[in-house]
Amino acid sequence: MAKILIFGATSAIASSAATLWVARGDSLFLVGRNPNKLQAILDDLRVRKVDEQIVEGAVADLDDFAQHGPLIALARETLGGLDVALIAQGSLPDQKACESSVEATLAEIRTNALGPIALLTLLAGEFERARSALGPEDEGGVIAVIGSVAGDRGRQSNYVYGAAKGMLATFLEGLRNRLAKVDVAVVTIKPGFVDTPMTASFDKKGPLWASSQTVAKGVVSAIERRRDVVYLPGFWRFIMFVIRHIPEFVFKRLSL
Amino acid sequence: MSVPLSWNRYPRVAPSRVVDLVSRFDALPARRLNENLLPRGAGRSYGDVCLNAEGALLRTRALSKFIAFDPREGVLCCEAGATLGEILAFIVPRGWFLTVTPGTRFVTVGGAIANDVHGKNHHGVGSFGCHVRELELLRSDGERIVCGPELRADWFAATVGGLGLTGLITRATLKLAPVANSFMLVEGRRFSSLDAFWDLNARAEQDWPYTAAWIDCLAPGGRGLLLAARHAPSQESLPAHAERRRRFPVDPPFSLINAVSLRAFNAAYYRQPLGQRPQLTPYGRYLHTLDSIEDWNRIYGQAGFLQYQCVLPPAAAREGIADMLKIVARAGTGSFLAVLKNFGSRPSPGLLSFPRPGATLALDFPNLGQRTFKLLDELDAVTRAAGGALYPAKDARMSGEMFRFSFPRHPQFSAFVDPNFSSGFWRRVTER
Repeated sequence: MAKILIFGATSAIASSAATLWVARGDSLFLVGRNPNKLQAILDDLRVRKVDEQIVEGAVADLDDFAQHGPLIALARETLGGLDVALIAQGSLPDQKACESSVEATLAEIRTNALGPIALLTLLAGEFERARSALGPEDEGGVIAVIGSVAGDRGRQSNYVYGAAKGMLATFLEGLRNRLAKVDVAVVTIKPGFVDTPMTASFDKKGPLWASSQTVAKGVVSAIERRRDVVYLPGFWRFIMFVIRHIPEFVFKRLSL
Repeated sequence: MSVPLSWNRYPRVAPSRVVDLVSRFDALPARRLNENLLPRGAGRSYGDVCLNAEGALLRTRALSKFIAFDPREGVLCCEAGATLGEILAFIVPRGWFLTVTPGTRFVTVGGAIANDVHGKNHHGVGSFGCHVRELELLRSDGERIVCGPELRADWFAATVGGLGLTGLITRATLKLAPVANSFMLVEGRRFSSLDAFWDLNARAEQDWPYTAAWIDCLAPGGRGLLLAARHAPSQESLPAHAERRRRFPVDPPFSLINAVSLRAFNAAYYRQPLGQRPQLTPYGRYLHTLDSIEDWNRIYGQAGFLQYQCVLPPAAAREGIADMLKIVARAGTGSFLAVLKNFGSRPSPGLLSFPRPGATLALDFPNLGQRTFKLLDELDAVTRAAGGALYPAKDARMSGEMFRFSFPRHPQFSAFVDPNFSSGFWRRVTER
């Protein structure tokens, strides 16, 4: 049974994924910022687990990078090793507010890109070392990150968020390349529109919106199958293919 | 933002705002000036008990976590936004079942308590509230009231069936019932008249924990099917089954339920083959039949539909139900879901609980405007004459007078209403 560490565990997608993992018999260490939400999720997972499974957690603000190292060490110690790390923290910026505030823009970049990159830097070393302790026939761990389709192309309606997710995707591409030779999988997950508290201000009717449970199933399966880049639900791959291929001289005039 | 509707898609009124609650530990959201609040679960009630024009709706669906489970005693504590389906998915493989489940498993625990819902086994076990051990209520002044049948029982009696008006239910502790597997044994019997139904039903209630009848309102005399069931005992082998869920895909401009389609449906439904012996059936197919068609409510078109559910006391039930079916048959609009069931004698715990001894008839009608409302007024006259009551969870139009008649303990209830909570229903029946 896998030992799984989740950052941003109180997000709707991550907590749904945790429910799926605990039902499979995995052990979990959850890191979340909101103590009340984290406590409710831990209680729920403990109701669902069987005795030998470990379900623990820690409250932390991941914008404080100094905490990253100790958190990873605590998780490794609590679970007795790490097989999977899922990075799911993020915030959806108010694009309009960012346009008139350097501070807000940089804060969003920090939460959505720099925080995950800081974590990834530590996790990469962690998983690399753990892999070198294994035999040649063993599989290395999996590092998975929740990015976004918004990172595939900058759009006027949310390019601060998009830029952060784009930076993250490029970083992951390089990291995947680096860790491929030690057989540590790096999974980039790009959800489309997901009905979560983060998107509370949107009108969520329509075929493009997916539930966090549906996306969580995709996350669990992508990690299981050690995929490289997954769009969730899968049809977003085609949508984003089209969007990426619109020539810039046309794209800049669109209101997307 | 699209406007949250109730399940029957009438009336269509917009709240001042919709707030998704994220933690049961949090305080209620700060109220805006003169704004009142109303908790809303899955939006599966009919009418306006889950609507709040000009006020805020507090959606509870994100509060769906389990808090504690005792697998030996069969006691589950969970947040109020968990649906009965989410609970069943967890407890059935562990050998437990909800003691009471209504005709859909897509309702939340909070909604099931606030409407004190009932199931096809009411004659044996009473209403949903009878199996709630404890709940926590969050009031708009920040007070948290933990109550149960023996703990601050006055608050419990007000909150069970209290239509969400006494405060936000944050969590509840439920007593479950043991089952051997996820199947039920279901026996179907045809009856050709109401008289035949009463005899058949009286016998079925002796033998079967679950009973309910479907009635063909378009046929004279009230022919129908009585479906009785029990949880299946352990089986040597269980049939494989995969639940198929389909979605009703469009909003037709007018109701697809009309005299012609209904006549065809009823004739086919009445003649469906019934096994000689009780059939092993997945519980959902018997208890939550319509759950297999997602968004089935859209079949009634843009104008929506109206439910009418009443209970008539035992002495007046036979005559009253017969009168109602005559009125419906004469109106010719028919009813797709005509369901008849006897309530048992176990008292419901709530001051405003609907279930009480007698027969309950549930009907639904496409909303054809004045014509439909006039028909429902005619049915009200029968309910009143019989000394019966209407079900707030299924109501979009009862008068204040009819409400007071149905719920004689409403003055005691009013004292427990949170001063900052209200609903479309509550204003309708208290301000007119």
